[in-house]
Amino acid sequence: MRTLPHWADVVLIPLISLLLAGLLSALVVLAIGENPWAAFKLMVEGSLMRSAGWGYTLYYATNFIFTGLAVAIAFHARLFNIGGEGQAIVAGLGVALVCLYIPWPHWSIALVGATVAAGLFGALWAFIPAYLQAERGSHIVITTIMFNFIAAALLNYVLVNLLRPTGAMDPASGPFPDATNLPTFQAMFSTAETPLFRGAPANVTFFLALLACVLVWLLIWRTKLGYEIRSFGQSETAANYAGIHPKRTIVIAMLISGALAGLMSINTTMGEAERLVLNSVEGAGFIGIAVALMGRNHPFGVLLAALLFGFLYQGGAELALWTDIPRELIVVIQALVIMFTGALDNMVRMPLESLFAMMRRGNT
Amino acid sequence: MAASNTQPPAIELRGISKAFGPVQANKDISISVRPGSIHGIIGENGAGKSTLMSILYGFYKADKGEVWINGTKTDIPDSQAAIASGIGMVFQHFKLVENFTVLENIVLGAEDGGLLRPSLAKARGELEHLAKEYELNVDPDAVTENLSVGHQQRVEILKALYRQAQILILDEPTGVLTPSEADQLFRILDRLRSEGKTIVLITHKLREIMEYTDTVSVMRRGEMTATVKTAETNPEHLAELMVGRKVLLRVDKTPAQPGKPILEVEKLRVVDGNGVERVKGIDLTVRAGEIVGIAGVAGNGQSELLEVLGGMRPGEGTVRLNGKELPLTGSGSDGRARRAVHIAHVPEDRHREALIMNFSAWENAVFGYHHDARWTSGPFIKNAAILEEAHQMMGRFDVRPPNPRLAAKSFSGGNQQKIVLAREIERNPDLLMIGQPTRGVDIGAIEFIHQQIVALRDQGKAILLVSVELEEILSLADRVAVMFDGHIMGERDAAATDERELGLLMAGVTGEDAA
Repeated sequence: MRTLPHWADVVLIPLISLLLAGLLSALVVLAIGENPWAAFKLMVEGSLMRSAGWGYTLYYATNFIFTGLAVAIAFHARLFNIGGEGQAIVAGLGVALVCLYIPWPHWSIALVGATVAAGLFGALWAFIPAYLQAERGSHIVITTIMFNFIAAALLNYVLVNLLRPTGAMDPASGPFPDATNLPTFQAMFSTAETPLFRGAPANVTFFLALLACVLVWLLIWRTKLGYEIRSFGQSETAANYAGIHPKRTIVIAMLISGALAGLMSINTTMGEAERLVLNSVEGAGFIGIAVALMGRNHPFGVLLAALLFGFLYQGGAELALWTDIPRELIVVIQALVIMFTGALDNMVRMPLESLFAMMRRGNT
Repeated sequence: MAASNTQPPAIELRGISKAFGPVQANKDISISVRPGSIHGIIGENGAGKSTLMSILYGFYKADKGEVWINGTKTDIPDSQAAIASGIGMVFQHFKLVENFTVLENIVLGAEDGGLLRPSLAKARGELEHLAKEYELNVDPDAVTENLSVGHQQRVEILKALYRQAQILILDEPTGVLTPSEADQLFRILDRLRSEGKTIVLITHKLREIMEYTDTVSVMRRGEMTATVKTAETNPEHLAELMVGRKVLLRVDKTPAQPGKPILEVEKLRVVDGNGVERVKGIDLTVRAGEIVGIAGVAGNGQSELLEVLGGMRPGEGTVRLNGKELPLTGSGSDGRARRAVHIAHVPEDRHREALIMNFSAWENAVFGYHHDARWTSGPFIKNAAILEEAHQMMGRFDVRPPNPRLAAKSFSGGNQQKIVLAREIERNPDLLMIGQPTRGVDIGAIEFIHQQIVALRDQGKAILLVSVELEEILSLADRVAVMFDGHIMGERDAAATDERELGLLMAGVTGEDAA
């Protein structure tokens, strides 16, 4: 029984959830003796009012778009891929390898190579849990979580023992060759008179993320494969009836998911750090879950949610910089947003449903 | 509602209304049931029968209206209160603990004190008494899961009687029974009535209403359209009251003219995931232009037979279609491969197999055929073309509302089935397999669905029909095969057999035994 109109489901509920999260966060800020309105203004100013702020917001958003899409596509096959973190870590290794060991003539070709490598490495890391789920029935949530830890340990080992330049103390690879450095927004949009995005890490990968949104949308709603993935996700028994192979669908959906999660490492590794460092993923794989949840597993929703979380990340950093609000509290605010938009969905949905039902009865 | 009757009605509902969100499940319903009678409630799916009985049993609270039991206004906030007022309910799906004994199940929830033994001893004595009084014989020490379905149902009735029920509500009690088990059930109900108990029988089977009830209420779309004395009505009239228009109850068809064999099955065996042999080597032939019906109580291998032929599970043996052998295991044996050789399959479980309930009707209109060149170009799917086709298809099969953008779940059972039938029939298959064509389908749609099946037969197609409704098999099929415990017990010409003979075969009694 569907009682909510579509627009209310995709627009109203997230907005109300967001508002509630904002209110509760304001109370928390108030409780530690800061002015919530001033804090909010600071967040907006620091992340949306200056081009450099935007440069950070979009940089974070790029990561979240990729990981959000990864969670979304897996979720269409009713697979809960919470291994985006590990898939991105391993993909970072792939990006580093092709950047360090292949002499690229130009960044654009290097970007293509890095995309292939990141996709392949991410997909590879998703393949093992996918295979285990398909063939042995090992639960994908458990295996992908464990693979996050394995990936982190693997990266640690590779950085310390293999990629670290001799003599360096830092567990990181050497810098990538200049030819692989991606153009930043600063380089792309600044003119001599008006410097834009100064010092911000946003780079050309953002457009790759936008392209990924379009491609994922096409895949899910315009292709046979997307139709099969969605069918399988909705009903495994019906998929079996239609001759859709469950094992194959699980593996393919997870490969695509892993590849998408992997692509975020281009942004952090090739775009920002320009070398492989230990903590480049920084929880973006997990934020992707909240992004997909809030974006209703639709690429456009994922884009919007990723922008929101980019804003929260950058605004949070500004808060930590300029106020006495501790860094931990900013994580609390982010967590409140996740909780309200994701976990507490029904808290908003149910009263709204009865409200709409009442209005409808009033009309007839 | 004879005024001269001095006894107050056992059940009287006055102006009961209940809404679920925007859906009005019960609208101002009033009935009165005389004590010591069998009162039938008949209506299509979603007419509000179960809601009404759930209100009476305390599962739902009515928005408006009053319940009177034996002449006193009674408040029934929960099932405990219902039991206390002497109401017992036998659900369609039994509420028994499978690995408990009969006695334990009967005592469960009605124990006296903290110790179990005295309760069990008391129950044993009571049970013997009940068994004698109503001929309800069940071994009190048998483990429930080892009992036949008919006996499990008796345990449910005994449970109610043990709790001093004077009023017994039975929800679709014969859905899972063989014909002879159903006969026994009605003998028991008859006996209970003669002992003064009041029985409310919810069913969609007109025959049961006509044969066993004293009065009958008809429900349609949440309203009580009529309450009549059964002796003063007839099935056609009841059907008309249920649907709101005249309905043809008999299937109108000419004798079959079977042609060459289309489907040939030899020594087919099916072993399920738990290693249990479900189909134990059966032979079956379906010819062009005939409808072969497989009768049997649910769970005797019919489902597995259809699933193997439809590519949903592996099997062993030989299956030929148009003389060409089909693989029964491996990658060439899936649903897609079966569709490629022109086998269409309307599976038994519409909700879990035939349709994706959250997909719109147009997306469901090509489900399983989504690789067809008509609807794809390269890896892409031509949504607009499918939408257009679905729209026309829904028009041809009279699907209501004819809106292909609506989700499958928002259609009624009958209209969902029409979507599935349209999809499968319009592929112009050589063999159409249909499992439970009218399960959960309203009477009005049954008529249409039967006509479509017969029309396909008349085009010279082979049709394999599986149904647990004997009436449906007898009226639709040209030839009937009866399955019991994974075997085909016998084949009969549909015109030359009857429910009694098939009923014996369904219970595993072959002609030689019966003679």
